[in-house]
Amino acid sequence: MTALQRLFKFNGGVKPAYNKEASTRLPIAVAPTPTLLVIPLHQSIGGMPRPLVKPGERVLKGQRIGGADGNVSSAVHASTSGTVIAVEMRLMPHTSGLSAMCVVIEPDGRDEWIPHGPFDFRNASPTQIHDYLRDSGVVGLGGAVFPSYLKLNPEKQRNLDTLVLNGAECEPYITCDDVLMRERAATILQGALVMRDMLGAGQVLIGIEDNKPEAIAAMEAAAHAVKTAVGESSVKVVSVPTLYPAGGAKQLIRVLTGIEVPHGKRSTDYGVQCFNVGTAYAIFEAIALGQPLISRIVTVAGNVGQPRNFEVLLGTPMRDLIALCGPLPDSDRVIMGGPMMGLRMPDDSVPVVKAANCVLVGSSDLFPPPPPEMPCIRCGECAKACPADLQPFELYWFARAKIFGKAQEYDLFDCIECGCCAYVCPSHIPLVDYYRFAKSEIWARELAKVSSDEARERYEFRMLREEREKQDHAAKLAAKAVARREKAAAAKTDAAKVATTPEQDEKKALIAAALERVRAQKEQIQPENTINLTPEQVAEVAAIETRRAEIREMAKPHVWQDD
Amino acid sequence: MNNSPYFLKPASVQSVMLRVLVALLPGIAAYVWFFGAAILLQIALASVAALAAEALMLALRGKPLMLFLTDGSALVTAWLIALSFPSIAPWWLTVLGTLLAIIVAKHLYGGLGQNPFNPAMVAFALMIVAYPQLMSQWPAAGATDFAGQWQAIFGARPLDAISMATPLDALRTALHTADAKASVAGVLGSNPAVGVVGGKGWEWVAAGYLAGGLWLLQQRIISWHMPTAFLAALCAIAGVFSLIDNTQFAGPLFHLFTGGTMLGAFFIVTDPVSGTTTPKGKLIFAAGVAALTWIIRTFGAYPDGIAFAVLLMNIGAPLIDLYTQPPVFGHKDKRGDSR
Amino acid sequence: MLAALLVMALGAVVLGAALGYAAVRFRVEGDPLVEKIDAILPQTQCGQCSYPGCRPYATAIAKGEAEINQCPPGGDEGIRKLADLLGREFKSLSAEHGIEKPKSVAVIDEQICIGCTLCIQACPVDAIVGASKQLHTVIARQCTGCELCLPPCPVDCISMQAIRESVENWKWKYPVFKINPAQREAA
Repeated sequence: MTALQRLFKFNGGVKPAYNKEASTRLPIAVAPTPTLLVIPLHQSIGGMPRPLVKPGERVLKGQRIGGADGNVSSAVHASTSGTVIAVEMRLMPHTSGLSAMCVVIEPDGRDEWIPHGPFDFRNASPTQIHDYLRDSGVVGLGGAVFPSYLKLNPEKQRNLDTLVLNGAECEPYITCDDVLMRERAATILQGALVMRDMLGAGQVLIGIEDNKPEAIAAMEAAAHAVKTAVGESSVKVVSVPTLYPAGGAKQLIRVLTGIEVPHGKRSTDYGVQCFNVGTAYAIFEAIALGQPLISRIVTVAGNVGQPRNFEVLLGTPMRDLIALCGPLPDSDRVIMGGPMMGLRMPDDSVPVVKAANCVLVGSSDLFPPPPPEMPCIRCGECAKACPADLQPFELYWFARAKIFGKAQEYDLFDCIECGCCAYVCPSHIPLVDYYRFAKSEIWARELAKVSSDEARERYEFRMLREEREKQDHAAKLAAKAVARREKAAAAKTDAAKVATTPEQDEKKALIAAALERVRAQKEQIQPENTINLTPEQVAEVAAIETRRAEIREMAKPHVWQDD
Repeated sequence: MNNSPYFLKPASVQSVMLRVLVALLPGIAAYVWFFGAAILLQIALASVAALAAEALMLALRGKPLMLFLTDGSALVTAWLIALSFPSIAPWWLTVLGTLLAIIVAKHLYGGLGQNPFNPAMVAFALMIVAYPQLMSQWPAAGATDFAGQWQAIFGARPLDAISMATPLDALRTALHTADAKASVAGVLGSNPAVGVVGGKGWEWVAAGYLAGGLWLLQQRIISWHMPTAFLAALCAIAGVFSLIDNTQFAGPLFHLFTGGTMLGAFFIVTDPVSGTTTPKGKLIFAAGVAALTWIIRTFGAYPDGIAFAVLLMNIGAPLIDLYTQPPVFGHKDKRGDSR
Repeated sequence: MLAALLVMALGAVVLGAALGYAAVRFRVEGDPLVEKIDAILPQTQCGQCSYPGCRPYATAIAKGEAEINQCPPGGDEGIRKLADLLGREFKSLSAEHGIEKPKSVAVIDEQICIGCTLCIQACPVDAIVGASKQLHTVIARQCTGCELCLPPCPVDCISMQAIRESVENWKWKYPVFKINPAQREAA
C-alpha cells in the first residue's frame, strides 16, 4: 500500500517530453501470428544457445528450439506450432546490421501447445529451480535481458531484505509496463510473490513513476486484494517522482531504499534484488502455468497513426507490428526501445526479441537530425544531468583522444548510457556515442590482451616442453650409447650403422605411403558429394578451389623464406 | 544517421552566450547613466574588432564561419573587454586588446572551448602592463558629455581633462606613498569619487551587474558556487584585515562595490572554459581568485587585481579539478583512495 | 685553487660512490624493456619478423638489433606503440617481412587430412589437437593465425579463414566529427 515510504534522490536526471498518453488509450491487443517467425537464438546476455531443431522438423508452441549453452545463457522456444524451414543467419535487431543464427518457423495456424503444467518450486531443489527457469527462457524484460534464473538462485542470496519491482518505466513513449500493470496487476503480483518466496525476501517494493496514476491504482488494488485474501502485507506500492532515468535499476534501488549499488557489485550484496514488472509476469507464467517465455508486450509508438501496445509472439517481424498501427509515409527509421537509449534497427524486417519493449517509428520531423556539433565549452550541464555522478565532459575528452586508460580512471564503465548528458549538451556533442566507442574499444583490447597472454603462455610452455624432450632424448641416447658400447665391447661388432636414427626413416616412409594412398584414392574415386552436380555448383566448386589455391600461394612465400 | 538519444533539449552555445550578454545590460545601463555613452562606443569598437578577428581566424583555420561567428562567444569576450577597460580609453587600446584576446588568447590555443586562459583577462593584463597610464584613466561620475568623450577616445583631446582616479587607485596611491598620516577613512572621506559604499556611480554599475548575475543564476547558466565563494572569500579576507587595522585596510563593503568585483564575480570568474568544473573545485577556484585579488589590490602595483588573480588561478584549474573529482554513484570513498 | 679542486674531487667521489651503491642496491632483475616490448607484440609466434618468436624479437629490438617495423600481425598500430615506448620514429611495415592481414584462424579440411601430425609439430602454441593417423583439428580460440602449419601439410588441407565481424565482436565506430558541414555539403 502507499504507506509513508521514505524516498531518496539520485543526482542528475532530466525531464524530457514523455509522450506516453497516445499509446495507453487502447487496451493491449494480441498481435496476429505472422506468416513467418524468425527467432534469433541469441536473445539474452551470455552464451549463444545451441540450436535443438533441424530444418523440416515440426515444432510445437513452447517447444525448446535453442538450449542454454554455458553458465550464463538462456533457452529460446518456438512461439507457435509449425515447421522449421531454416536454421540460418538472418538480420538481427541490432544497430550493426549484422546477421546471427536464427530459427525460421512457418506457423501451421493450429497454435498447438507442447504438454506443459505448473512447476512446484516449493518442493524443488535449488538446482531444479535453476535448470527449470533457465530452460523456460525467462530473462529481464526491462531491456537488459539478463537471465532471471541467475538472479533467483536461492543458494546465493542470503539475508535479502527487499525485492524491488521496477514499474517506473521512465523512457519516453514506452508504455508496455504501464498497460501491463493496469490490465494484469494481479498476475504481476503473483509473480512477485513467487520471486519473493524463492529469494526469501522480507518486503516487496513496487516502484512506479507518479505519471502513471492508473497503474499505481491497479497495483494498489491488487496488493489490497492479496492482503485481504491471504493476509499478505509485505507488498508496498510506491509512487516515485517522475525523473528520467528513475527506471534504471540502480537509480530505482537508490530512490526506494537509499542504497547506492556501485558498478561491478551485485545489488544482492546490499540485500536488494530488482526485477522488471514484465519479468514478474513472465515468472508467473513459467512457474504457475508452465509456459516458457514466447511472447511479450511491445509498445508501438512514434510516427504511426494509432500507437498501441500489443502482446507479440517473439520472432514476429517489426514490420508486421507497425502495419497494425497505420505507419505514416514520412517514417525513416525503426528504433528498438525508447528515444533516449533505443537502438536504431538496420531495417523494419527484423524480429521482435525479448529485449524489444518498444518499437519506435521515427521520422525526421519527430527526431530531427542533431544540429552541428560544436566544441565542448565545459559548461558542466552534462555533469549536472549525469545520474551516475560522472564528469561526462572529461570522459568525452579522453574517449575522443582515444586515451582509454584515463577514461577508465574516470569510471567510464559506471556510465549506464542513459543519454542524459547528450540530451542536455548545448554543443550537441553525441557524448554517448563516444562512450560506446571507447567501451567497445576497451573490451576488444582486453580480449586481445587475454588471448595474446594465453598465446605467450602456451608458446613458453611449448618451448619448455621441447627443451625437456630434447634433454630426455639426449639422456636416452646417452644411455643407449652406453649400452651399445657395452654390447660392442662384448660382441665386438661394428656399431657405425647407428648414425641415422631408424625411427625417422620409418616415419618418412610411412608418410610417403599414406600420401601415395591418398593420391591413389583421389584419382580413383570422386567424393560422393561431388556426383550429380549442376553446372552452377561445379562452377562454384571450381571457384572455391581457385580461391583456396590463391590463399595457399599467398601463405607460402614469406613464412618459410628463412628456412 | 545518429544514435540514441534521438531528441535533444533545445539548448545551444548561442543561447547561453546571448543570455550572458542580456545579463550585462543592467550594468551597462547604469554605466551609461552615470558615465555617459562612451561605454557604448567602446562596446561597439570591441564587438567589431572581435567579430573581424574571429572571422579571420576561423577562415585561416578552415572552420565553418557562420556556425562559429554566430555562437556569440566572441561578443561576450568583446563586451567584457569593453566593460573592464576604461570607457574613455583611446579607441586603439580597446581594439588592440580585443584582437589580442581573440587571436592569441582564444584561437592560437585552439579556439572555442580550448583556451586555458580567460581571453578578456589576458587582454586586460597585457594592456595594463603595456599602457599602465592609459588603463588608469577613468571617467568621473556625472561627466556624461559624449562629445568630449568622443574626442578623448579618438585622440582629439588629452585624457586627463575628463578623467580622475578611481577610489581603489586613490587609496592604493595614498597608502603606498608611505605617508604615515594616511588612513583608509582619511583618504576615502576626502575623495570626491567615493559614493555611499564604493565609487560614486560605480556602486550602481556594480548593482546592475549583481542584478544581471542573479538572473543568470536563476537561468541556471552559472552555478551558485563561484559567485558565492568569490564574494564570501573577498568579504571574509577584507573583513578580517580591516578589523585588525582599519586605517590601513579597507572594509568588505568597499571591496565588494569598487573595481571589477561584481563584474568578476558573475561574468569573469564564472567562465567555464578556463575555470574549474567540479563543485568543490569551483569553490576553491573562486576563493583563490578572491584572495589573490585582495592581495594585489592591497599590496600590488596595479589598481585592480582581478585580471591577474583570474589568470593565476586559470593555471591551477586543471590541477584543482583533478583533486576535487566528486565521488561516482556508489563509490562512497573518494577518488584517489585505493579501490 | 687547490681547495676548489679538492672540493670538486671530493664531490665527484661521493656522488660516484652513491651512484655505484644505488646501482647495486636497486638493481633491476631481468630486463623490463624486453617485457614491455613483448607485451606490445601480438604473440602470434609466427616468425615473420625473422626471429623464432615474439620474445626473441622483443629481445632483439631492446638490444637495437632489429627494427620496430618487422611485425606484420601487429600492424601499424603495433609499430606506433613500439615507437611510443622506445621514443623511435614511426616506420611503416617493412615489406620484406610481409603484409598486415585481417586476423584469421587456421581450419583443417577434415575430408583431406591424413593425420600426419606435421602441423601439430609446427604449431607454436599447441593449438592443433590430434594424433598419428587420427583426424586433426584446430582449436579456433587458441589459434593465433601464424600460418606456420600451412607449409608442412603434405596434402594442403589447412586453409586460413579470416575472423568475421559478428554481433558479439562488433564495435561501435568513432563518432564522425562534423566540424565543417559547409565543406561536406560542397563536396
